[in-house]
Amino acid sequence: MAKTSAVRKGSKKIAPPGKTTVTLHVNGAAHELTVAPWTTLLDALRIHLGLTGTKKGCDHGQCGACTVLVDDRRINSCLALAVMKDGAQITTIEGLAKDGALHPIQQAFIDHDAFQCGYCTPGQICSAFSLIAEGRARSADEIRELMSGNICRCGAYTNIVAAIEQVISRKPGPHSRDKSS
Amino acid sequence: MNNFEFSRASDVADAVRQIAEEPGATFVAGGTNLIDLIKEGVTKPSRLIDITRLELNRIEQTSDGALRIGALVANSDLAYHPEIEARFPLLAGAILAGASPQLRNMATTGGNLLQRTRCFYFYDTTTACNKRDPGSGCSAIDGLNRMHAILGTSKHCIATHPSDMCVALAALDARVLATGRNGERRIAFGEFHRLPGDTPHIDTNLNTDEIITAIELPPSRFAKNYSYLKIRDRLSYAFALLSVAAALEIESGVIKEARIALGGVAHKPWRDRGAEEELSGAAATRDAFARAADMILSDARGSGQNDFKIELARRGIVRALTQAANGTPQSQSDKRIR
Repeated sequence: MAKTSAVRKGSKKIAPPGKTTVTLHVNGAAHELTVAPWTTLLDALRIHLGLTGTKKGCDHGQCGACTVLVDDRRINSCLALAVMKDGAQITTIEGLAKDGALHPIQQAFIDHDAFQCGYCTPGQICSAFSLIAEGRARSADEIRELMSGNICRCGAYTNIVAAIEQVISRKPGPHSRDKSS
Repeated sequence: MNNFEFSRASDVADAVRQIAEEPGATFVAGGTNLIDLIKEGVTKPSRLIDITRLELNRIEQTSDGALRIGALVANSDLAYHPEIEARFPLLAGAILAGASPQLRNMATTGGNLLQRTRCFYFYDTTTACNKRDPGSGCSAIDGLNRMHAILGTSKHCIATHPSDMCVALAALDARVLATGRNGERRIAFGEFHRLPGDTPHIDTNLNTDEIITAIELPPSRFAKNYSYLKIRDRLSYAFALLSVAAALEIESGVIKEARIALGGVAHKPWRDRGAEEELSGAAATRDAFARAADMILSDARGSGQNDFKIELARRGIVRALTQAANGTPQSQSDKRIR
């Protein structure tokens, strides 16, 4: 019988009341931080670690601006408690570019002008990054449905779908400087 | 958020011990509804007991042919599990009709059953709500009630249960496994959630010292003729105005068994065994489906803004049963209703 992903190993002793020390592995670097039980992962990233790329939109899991990857899965960081992510691997928008080169989905958002004000964009890009890795979206309908957890008040949806389609199909974008790829 | 203490449970026995010790404590797993309720000041637990490290995340066959789904299996893992896709596609469709990919990655099977209503007044702590503050009154009955229930309501509450997954589980006759101080027990899905009556603050029949450990699905005969049809105010990422889980077993055009569960219309996933029995032995025709819909809705009553749901439900039931009979289940990505 197939199994789902295993629970994280190494159960810790029961935490004392008040603040707790946790280790978050963010974009490949381990950070030890002391947080209150009610500190969300979003606040831990933004306030404790200064990683303000991840945005606080609604703070209620309705807009997707706070989307990050935890153990390779996209989640709403505003509804996760930092204490419950002790030991987890976290990827934020700051962790997508490698060696100074944008990730293809970041470049595709630029190529397709897939934003206006930009506030939802880090969440959109992290969500799209994950959608591409999941490999389940094969049509524009499926991209739209599987991006439905990310709201864009500027209404850049058409261009967001085009950006994602570009990466999925590995086609050069309309404004790409590299027409040979 | 209000201050609370935090601890982890090491196993099911430890979880039961901890919850029994502190009446104000509550379990947390996915947190997708609970953390929001704490932020809103609707729920004020003294302690969160983290159960995510319990080994309740497997999907496995039982010796009696059922499929046992651990309470901590994420909604997304369940929806895309090969056994669920092949044998229980109605459940896969219902899960994918709900929430967003991010929330489905976080939310667990057990937690989905225990989510609270999304009634606006339940969330608005400045208003009266018998579910949040027993005895304070119901603001929805004479208020904004477009989203609210039309079946099984009481004068104290017209809230709906918000889950899609639970509507399919009700149709599939799932069982809930729970462990408390008195050991383990199985609860039939239809007995798990409650109607509001005069105690709308109590959503389920789970005891306060119990933890859900698994959901069991008996062998299904509904992998061919099924549909999960969800109608909402926008095409994705919205709670149901109406949803219909329809499943049929058909032989030579005659219905052997029918299952119909409705979401978005009652305080619990709504089933009407009488209407289902009426369909068994009938030809799978639109007329038969319309008769079943009329039976299910014979006691339906609106509260004003939601009166339209009665006709919407009548049409939705007929449409979902037709989709099921034709073997053309509603797609959850192509939103056209055929």
